[in-house]
Amino acid sequence: MVDITFDPGDVAPPAEVEDVELYHPHSWLTKYVFSQDAKVIAIQYSMTAISIGVVALVLSWLMRLQLGFPGRFSFIDGSNYYQYITMHGMIMVVYLLTALFLGGFGNYLIPLMVGARDMAFPYVNMLSYWVYLLAVLVLTASFFVPGGPTGAGWTLYPPQAILAGTPGSDWGIILMLASLMLFIIGFTMGGLNYVVTVLQARTRGMTLMRLPLTVWGIFTATVMALLAFPGLFVACVMMLFDRVLGTSFFMPAIIAGGEHLKYAGGSPILFQHLFWFFGHPEVYIVAVPAFGIVSDLISTHARKNIFGYRMMVWAIVSIGALSFVVWGHHMYVSGMNPQFGFFFAVTTLIIAVPTAIKVYNWVLTLWRGDIHLEVPMLFALAFIITFVIGGVTGLFLGNVSVDVPLSATMFVVAHFHMVMGVAPILVVFGGIYQWYPKVTGRMLDDTLGRIHFWVTFLGTYAIFFPMHYLGLIGVPRRYYELGDAAFIPPSAATLNAFITIAALIVGAAQIAFFFNLIWSLFKGRAAGGNPWRATTLEWQTPETPPGHGNWGKDLPIVYRWAYDYSVPGAKEDFLPQNQPPLAIPAAIGATS
Amino acid sequence: MAIAVAIILALVAVGSVLFHFLSPWWWTPIASNWSRIDDTIIITFWITGFVFTAIVLFMAYCVFRFRHREGNRAAYEPENKKLESWLAIGTALGVAAILAPGLSVWYEYVNVPKGAAEVEVVGQQWLWSFRLPGKAGLLGTSDTKFVSSDNPLGLNPDDRNGRDNLVIIGDDLHLPVGKPVKMLLRSLDVVHDFYVPEFRAKMDLMPGIVTYFWFTPTKIGTFEILCAGFCGVGHPQMRGKVVVEEDKDYQIWLQKQQTFAEMFKLDTTKEKRASVR
Repeated sequence: MVDITFDPGDVAPPAEVEDVELYHPHSWLTKYVFSQDAKVIAIQYSMTAISIGVVALVLSWLMRLQLGFPGRFSFIDGSNYYQYITMHGMIMVVYLLTALFLGGFGNYLIPLMVGARDMAFPYVNMLSYWVYLLAVLVLTASFFVPGGPTGAGWTLYPPQAILAGTPGSDWGIILMLASLMLFIIGFTMGGLNYVVTVLQARTRGMTLMRLPLTVWGIFTATVMALLAFPGLFVACVMMLFDRVLGTSFFMPAIIAGGEHLKYAGGSPILFQHLFWFFGHPEVYIVAVPAFGIVSDLISTHARKNIFGYRMMVWAIVSIGALSFVVWGHHMYVSGMNPQFGFFFAVTTLIIAVPTAIKVYNWVLTLWRGDIHLEVPMLFALAFIITFVIGGVTGLFLGNVSVDVPLSATMFVVAHFHMVMGVAPILVVFGGIYQWYPKVTGRMLDDTLGRIHFWVTFLGTYAIFFPMHYLGLIGVPRRYYELGDAAFIPPSAATLNAFITIAALIVGAAQIAFFFNLIWSLFKGRAAGGNPWRATTLEWQTPETPPGHGNWGKDLPIVYRWAYDYSVPGAKEDFLPQNQPPLAIPAAIGATS
Repeated sequence: MAIAVAIILALVAVGSVLFHFLSPWWWTPIASNWSRIDDTIIITFWITGFVFTAIVLFMAYCVFRFRHREGNRAAYEPENKKLESWLAIGTALGVAAILAPGLSVWYEYVNVPKGAAEVEVVGQQWLWSFRLPGKAGLLGTSDTKFVSSDNPLGLNPDDRNGRDNLVIIGDDLHLPVGKPVKMLLRSLDVVHDFYVPEFRAKMDLMPGIVTYFWFTPTKIGTFEILCAGFCGVGHPQMRGKVVVEEDKDYQIWLQKQQTFAEMFKLDTTKEKRASVR
């Protein structure tokens, strides 16, 4: 879609207001620590998220050791096991994936991709990171308090979450709830930034329908987060009151340890509604930025416009909207009014349609492309495969009556890991290999990247694909040991051991990735400004890494959409978004 | 190199399909009337399996056929409305083909057949107990506030209907084969879930309300009850047994069970004496 309706000389430069003095750093502290530069904040978010993510990764190895070799490790008992799964789950979903996609990728890429100098509210943006860090520290503190962290499951269902039969019900649960509340406050601050920047700070010529899909993905996810997180916030406040003040928002009359507790009249299912009203959009908040990023990885490395861009935008937005009316599919067997089952099954399966359209469009982008199998492209291809598996198993679980035997089994665990733990993480890796050269000015090592890719992709597939079949047998989730179960064949134990070994191998392979990140910082090949020859604005900065203010003296002007790859008649196989159109011949009918 | 990648992608698709058909890990043989759930799962496997295989093989083909070669350029095709519409319609039809049987089975699931027997399941950390109606066929009312060491299921001692209810504390439940039964689920503390994999049907126990599901046991045998709702550290050990047997054996078992009146008798007498003074 080459825009040829105006002469570049006629475009007035974008109007700019001087930044306030507070925005510019004048000391080492304000340049690298308390920075208001979204690029620095992005790196802070990313490093914090990845660090706490590594903690969660280690917790997963501990869980897998118990599941693969039950009882072999004396330091893993039932109590610890539940603490591991809870912290692993909550960290991965909220503190790693959400923080990394929105706070990490969002902060770095949004201003650059829309042609802005920074986010709309840089000071609040900076504060949002420190609130997030505080949330992470509060959560980490729960490992060190009496009773340890909460072991209530990442879903924190009452009444058990605050009762003595669950580990961490003393202090752990209080710190978890406080940490979540802090996280939500921080992400509201950041989220407002991302939304307002995309809506208001786009440079001249950057219309909404010229935005790269990465921006559409992160933008949509942020809007969803602003609407969904309050549900979790109030649920946390009420549960905290139940725990600390003895209220009964979620607590019915209960016998615990032979004693009648003082609670009465509360509704545990109310918590589930509040939690999942947040929780379902949350998993799409993780997926939707991945959708956007993967579209840009594929189009860049296939040298071809993303197929069906308008449909892709529509699909992202409608997936975002629909994600708010499907939450009951997490509660099919909760005992909620069974009539809800009909409604939520329909909405859940409807959401499969725009999602499938996106998959078709990614694949159709490859068709008649000019495919360069760079490392980010490999990760993008692996995303499609693992996301399709994860997505179709969602069709099983979303179909209410089919969910009845499968819920609370390893089928669910396999599903959500594949669709949320494997697929988006592959996009995180792909995105890091893609944009590392922009952030650092150096390329990541290609050979290490390929080794990392193949072990991670095939390894995680080997972990989670067979796991579905354990669920089909009926192996329940959240069991730290199966004991004697006549309906489970002994070969299931072999499968569990195999999955554990695969998990440990995949874990070890990440060493290659971290080594690559650090080694390439010093020894990586110089990247230049646009090593992938990509069209989007972040690759067109005057400096690499981009300086404070991103664009130097003049903001870019955008003349075309984000996907002018292999335009017929153009000399290069890509046209950057800020490249003006060729001069228009005066005579009608003449060719250029 | 592109050919290697293409082959590996194709192998992932083919390998997954082979795994499915060759895997020894398949569901436990069904022992209830809910075989339509299994049928819907099979339909879903066929449709999604076909779509997955088609997409991945197509990707593998593209990775090889459209690999970068000198002098080659990609096509420029921003959209293709017709193709996109057909794909959307096809997907909608596939989704409908999966949803229709699923909803139809759910309709059966939520409508308990007339004349189904009633059994109450009472769950607590970390034990399964049961209550059956007695000769009068009615279950007495209950409330957590009535729970005490001699009334562990919290039955209302003033409700006459509860007097002949059979009370089974932490022991096996027996059921007659071939007769539909509505399981009423009640929890004394936290969320649990009554799950017997062979029956396929399950439902959470939600403290504060009574939930339900129904099924008809179709096979004689002993089946394990698992708790499928995380309920604290004892969750994996919260096990029980359901024994499905011929009706004549079931009647024999019924005779042996204790009623609520028998269980509570001694202490009611004590109370009467105390209140008289």
